[in-house]
Amino acid sequence: MGTENVLVRMDGICKEFPGVKALDNVDFTLRHGEIHAVCGENGAGKSTLIKVLTGVEHNESGKIYLDGVAISPKTPMEAPALGISTVYQEVNLCPNLSVAENIFIGREPIRNGKIDWKEVNKRSEIALAKLNLKLDVSGRLDEYSVAIQQMVAIARALDISAKVLVLDEPTSSLNKIEVANLFRIMRKLKSEGMGIIFITHFLEQVYEISDQITILRNGQLVGQFETAKLDRLQLIAKMIGKDLAEFEKTIKEDVRDAGAAANEDAFYQARNLGQQGSINPFDIKIGKGEVMGLAGLLGSGRTESARVIFGIDEPDSGETEVDNKKVEIKTPADAIRLGFAFCSENRKTEGIVANLTIRENIILALQGKRGMGAYLSHKEQEEIAEKYVKLLNIITPSIEQLVGNLSGGNQQKVLLARWLATEAELLILDEPTRGIDIGAKAEVQKLVLQLAADGKAVLLISSELDEMVRCCSRMAVYKDKQKIGELKGAEISEINVMKTIAGGQK
Amino acid sequence: MKNLQINSKFVPLLITIGLFLALFAAGSVSYEGFFSMQVVLNLLVDNAFLIIVGLSQALVIILGGIDLSCGALIALSSMVAAYSLSHLNLHPALAVLAVLIVCSAFGFVQGWLITYRKFQPFIATLCGMFVARGLCFMINQDTVPITDPFFVTMATTRIKLIPGAAISTSVIIALVIVALYIYIAHFTKFGRAVYAIGGNEQSARLMGLPVDRTKVLAYTLSGFTSGLAGIVFCFYMLSAYGLNAMALEMDAIAAAVIGGTLMTGGVGFVIGSVFGVMIEGIMQTLITFQGDLNSWWTRIAVAFLLCVFIVVQRVLVLKREAKKRIRPVEFIA
Ligand SMILES: Nc1ncnc2c1ncn2[C@@H]1O[C@H](COP(=O)(O)OP(=O)(O)OP(=O)(O)O)[C@@H](O)[C@H]1O
Ligand SMILES: [Mg+2]
Repeated sequence: MGTENVLVRMDGICKEFPGVKALDNVDFTLRHGEIHAVCGENGAGKSTLIKVLTGVEHNESGKIYLDGVAISPKTPMEAPALGISTVYQEVNLCPNLSVAENIFIGREPIRNGKIDWKEVNKRSEIALAKLNLKLDVSGRLDEYSVAIQQMVAIARALDISAKVLVLDEPTSSLNKIEVANLFRIMRKLKSEGMGIIFITHFLEQVYEISDQITILRNGQLVGQFETAKLDRLQLIAKMIGKDLAEFEKTIKEDVRDAGAAANEDAFYQARNLGQQGSINPFDIKIGKGEVMGLAGLLGSGRTESARVIFGIDEPDSGETEVDNKKVEIKTPADAIRLGFAFCSENRKTEGIVANLTIRENIILALQGKRGMGAYLSHKEQEEIAEKYVKLLNIITPSIEQLVGNLSGGNQQKVLLARWLATEAELLILDEPTRGIDIGAKAEVQKLVLQLAADGKAVLLISSELDEMVRCCSRMAVYKDKQKIGELKGAEISEINVMKTIAGGQK
Repeated sequence: MKNLQINSKFVPLLITIGLFLALFAAGSVSYEGFFSMQVVLNLLVDNAFLIIVGLSQALVIILGGIDLSCGALIALSSMVAAYSLSHLNLHPALAVLAVLIVCSAFGFVQGWLITYRKFQPFIATLCGMFVARGLCFMINQDTVPITDPFFVTMATTRIKLIPGAAISTSVIIALVIVALYIYIAHFTKFGRAVYAIGGNEQSARLMGLPVDRTKVLAYTLSGFTSGLAGIVFCFYMLSAYGLNAMALEMDAIAAAVIGGTLMTGGVGFVIGSVFGVMIEGIMQTLITFQGDLNSWWTRIAVAFLLCVFIVVQRVLVLKREAKKRIRPVEFIA
């Protein structure tokens, strides 16, 4: 490998935030026609590295070369001009604009001195069709699910013709089919000589698509490796800086132990619950001390059923019982009164209060539940916050750090902590481990099982089947807006779930 | 299906237009002589300057900011115009130019402070407002008449549309600016960047939009537009006084909100402000026709309307949040 082929070179990059050395003398090399994965735990500095490249953040020292020419982008505006197209970690689009406009804003086609809206819509449809997606592009972006928003962001980045494509966790909300589509396009671009930087916490995706892996840990470069020559265990060991075998064993055992205590006292029960157009009537029972899973592909109706259960979408059929008493849940307020809590998949837009501290964010829901008047002593707040910061390994100088200053994955952890700390009787978790690194994932799973062991009911939705299999004691399977079956105990396995979905019935 | 459903983003605007028509109908039924073209046209004639600042106010609010300086800038405009004409004996064209330059400069400085010095828009434009009012009195403490023939001609010329119904030149100017603003807001990159920044400034930045430039430009444009409104105001009053157009910025904000612009930014139509102004104007007219009511009732009515509109908007927003079904998409295999 000569140096001629080098597309991007970053030399000795340093970047410091108050109290955090986000990048400490990091080198990075991307070649033409290469897909380069960047791996590391939450807060390792992955996003900061690419933000330095695209001009969002400014390095204190170090040099960046693009095709051999030194560059130092001052604003993210310069990156596209240099030929760098980026999907940032959290979907960064404008919710108030249409899908089409989100794809084209800043580079709208002009005709006769006016933006040619017809052309914008037409070309957006084409851009989305490349991702095998067809939708009403004139609809407001926030009318679509997070996964679709992520696809829109990808469509935008792909449509900007560039030399370098940067994808920071583009697949966190996507299912297998969509990921496959994205990979197909990435391979094509790679064969055309584009260099692609790909950040993800899904290691199987790293192995499926990447040629090179750069590993970061605590802002430092662990090394750059050829994917083919680095096996998975070595990769994990290098990311977490611990011997992996031990690490995995302890997690697995802990998870099992906690899962033992489920009993079958129903906390929540619904018959014929449904809402026309979004989810067909279904029955469901969630026991105290049980983790109930909702499985299915994207759009199968799992999120929709959770929304109906929580009253976000008012059900138009069915009856519900809580603790064997008939209740009506028409709005989220009804649900909250009954002791439900809902950690939605839309955490970025619905959850985070970026300018409050970690401590304040974590106790928010608990405070809400206890009532505004109820006093949570500062000491108590600190204890709760410290507990979760430690459990979930939230990387931060202190619990008084503003959440907006945390890495993407660590923000997710804070939000999750908020809901885990609510003391809810029924906790609905929609994609709780999205964007979270493997170490913390195991901790979350453990916490979920711990909650169940304490007699709480948990409703879990996750696209990661292995996570569902590990945590759930029962699982409802959805397909085409319909509940098509239920698995329990030993029946629960990835294969059985897939079979149920494929068979259409149990 | 697409054509049958009214896009929900138009609902506040349609409510506003509907309300205007309803008020006009109510007036026509209740009062003799109300139902006439001239009554409607007078709304334009009397409020041309307010329509103009209503437009720029809407754009700044969509950007996620606010401009409190526009009323004071109108007063300053008339003062600068009067001074240039009577003391400096400038050609009217130069006087107009001087007004536009002064007001644009005000807008630019405010925009610069907001963008690069991170001033709150409220504070920066509040300062601008005080400075502009102060400057008026530095120039002259009293009312200064404008006697320049060009200004007088512009003020007195009436253009007959149909027999018995005429408009002033100011109305033409205002309508041209309305068209211009619709073009800017919906058909230029600058206008769309304004919406994007109002929607999510951080995202707009990451998408590579020229956020800083757009913000400074939007405030400069607002200043410039206040200058235009100031000229039109001169055509209306033919005099300058430091206390003219007092609290006009509040009317402009009210017009924008009644017109469906959300104070949180990112949502609204500049054209809404026009109807907002028309509604404020028609209530004034209704109260005049009533005869025995104090004209301050207009204020109370506007206040009441504002509350209603904010509630309506809140309800609409909440409804869309609550009923937000995840929109269907097709996956092409
Ligand atoms: N604006 C900021 N102010 C202060 N600290 C920051 C800021 N942005 C990032 N950091 C810190 O820099 C470190 C690296 O963050 P970065 O976002 O690069 O992590 P990451 O590797 O992308 O993690 P994740 O997998 O969670 O996305 C973290 O400790 C984070 O808290
Ligand atoms: Mg990151």
